[in-house]
Amino acid sequence: MNVADGRTRPQPDRESEAFWSGLAGHRLILQECQECGRRRFPRMPSCPYCGAEGGADVEATGAGTVYSWIRVERPLTPNMAAEVPYVVATVDLDGGGRLHARLHEGGDVTIGMAVEALYVDHREGWTELRFATAAPGGRR
Amino acid sequence: MRAAIAGVGYSEFTRDSGRSVLSLATEACRNALDDAGVAAREIDGVATFAVMNDSVPAQAVATTLAVPSLRFAVDADLGGQAPCYLVWLAAMAVETGRARNVLVYRALNGRSGARVGTMQFSGMGAQFRYPIGYDGYMMYVAMWAQRFLHETGQGELDLASVALAQRAYAELNERAVRRRPLTLDAYLASPHVVDPFRADDCTVEVDGACAVLVTSVEQARSLRHAPAVVASGAYRAGPRPGLDIGDHALWDDYTRNYTSHLRDELFGSAGVSPGDVQVAEIYDCFTSTVLIGLEGLGLCERGGSGAFVRSGATAQGGALPTNTHGGLLSEGYLHGMNTVAEAALQIQGRGGDRQAGPHEVCVVTSGALMDGSALILTADR
Repeated sequence: MNVADGRTRPQPDRESEAFWSGLAGHRLILQECQECGRRRFPRMPSCPYCGAEGGADVEATGAGTVYSWIRVERPLTPNMAAEVPYVVATVDLDGGGRLHARLHEGGDVTIGMAVEALYVDHREGWTELRFATAAPGGRR
Repeated sequence: MRAAIAGVGYSEFTRDSGRSVLSLATEACRNALDDAGVAAREIDGVATFAVMNDSVPAQAVATTLAVPSLRFAVDADLGGQAPCYLVWLAAMAVETGRARNVLVYRALNGRSGARVGTMQFSGMGAQFRYPIGYDGYMMYVAMWAQRFLHETGQGELDLASVALAQRAYAELNERAVRRRPLTLDAYLASPHVVDPFRADDCTVEVDGACAVLVTSVEQARSLRHAPAVVASGAYRAGPRPGLDIGDHALWDDYTRNYTSHLRDELFGSAGVSPGDVQVAEIYDCFTSTVLIGLEGLGLCERGGSGAFVRSGATAQGGALPTNTHGGLLSEGYLHGMNTVAEAALQIQGRGGDRQAGPHEVCVVTSGALMDGSALILTADR
């Protein structure tokens, strides 16, 4: 998918660069602690679970489960006026790690539903991670 | 030496003050001093907080009040987590002799100026939220609310119960910005802003200021009103509170906020139990935080907060009058400083038409999500 919407592109920093460049290549990159093995998002210099320094960049499958969701009916900022209504979900990724992303709706959104990642390339030069309902029986 | 809130002060709450924030802050602080009967020259401490530089610093108010010597000053870069925390810090300064009289205030042109509801917070987590349209604090609280309602088996009628109960108090409160009676039908007829929230689930942004004066119990006894004793205070950020005020990607449980984590310390330090609480002032930027707070503090059963509110327990004359000023939902969004002031008024027996009777133990909270603070205020006993 390729869209232009005039929105400000994210400004990657030294910590987040690997995440954003991963998305540009349609890969979902998380960090994994080399001591306790837990995955985390956002990227940061040490493990928020055990405190161990560093961490390995690993690629998540993009499969996950909806932990919670909201539907934005009224835009809070002018940037999003053309987008409403839209759903933002909190997704727990298979293998660990939680993040927030837009959900492409194909019906009712329910807590616990299986979703998988998709990648939206914005003409402004960044790639957005979104999710869609997982196809029955595996990846679409 | 124990500390107490001896006086409270407000400016008018409006949608367009036409005044500087410094003018509002000075007025509220002067009113708190007059309320207590303390001269400005006796002030030696000032504590305040701001979000994205939307207020004036402690030194500015020390200047406009002509405070001769400031021994204790705090400018916290915090939102609604701050009011109880700052009163507690002020109480500790008084208890340890580091200050004698401390003003704690919040002042902002929150409606006509920078509006927290739509401002873009800075911080390392912001880059992941704003570009995708996850771009308002309301959305983060809504995300928690949806999960909370799902997991505890509650729903829109439970959110509505809070909005209705608090509006009934606001009808009795001349300071409140929203006083039009609210019915369940009207609530349900109004569209979602961010599902599960409707407009009446949300605080109303205002211009205004609110202040309290913290001093020793000993001095407060000689002032105009009975002391509202600071029996205990607590601040808590649970595990992995995130990289900024809106980052909750690493928080495990959206159905429990800081109130669950600080409850034991808060009540234990005060030597009271949740069952002893006679009035509660629970931080309510949105209706859901009242439900989560009531459950987190152990004031009702897990999953039973909506039924508790619907039963009339939190209304005037109920077992636990709650948010007796109408809350931030109806009185106005002073980021919980007015919630603390109302708690003091209720302990002092000065709640006017909205005072159900004498109250000896009050719990008051500040904050909605990962971190926050709370106080137990008691009568002088």
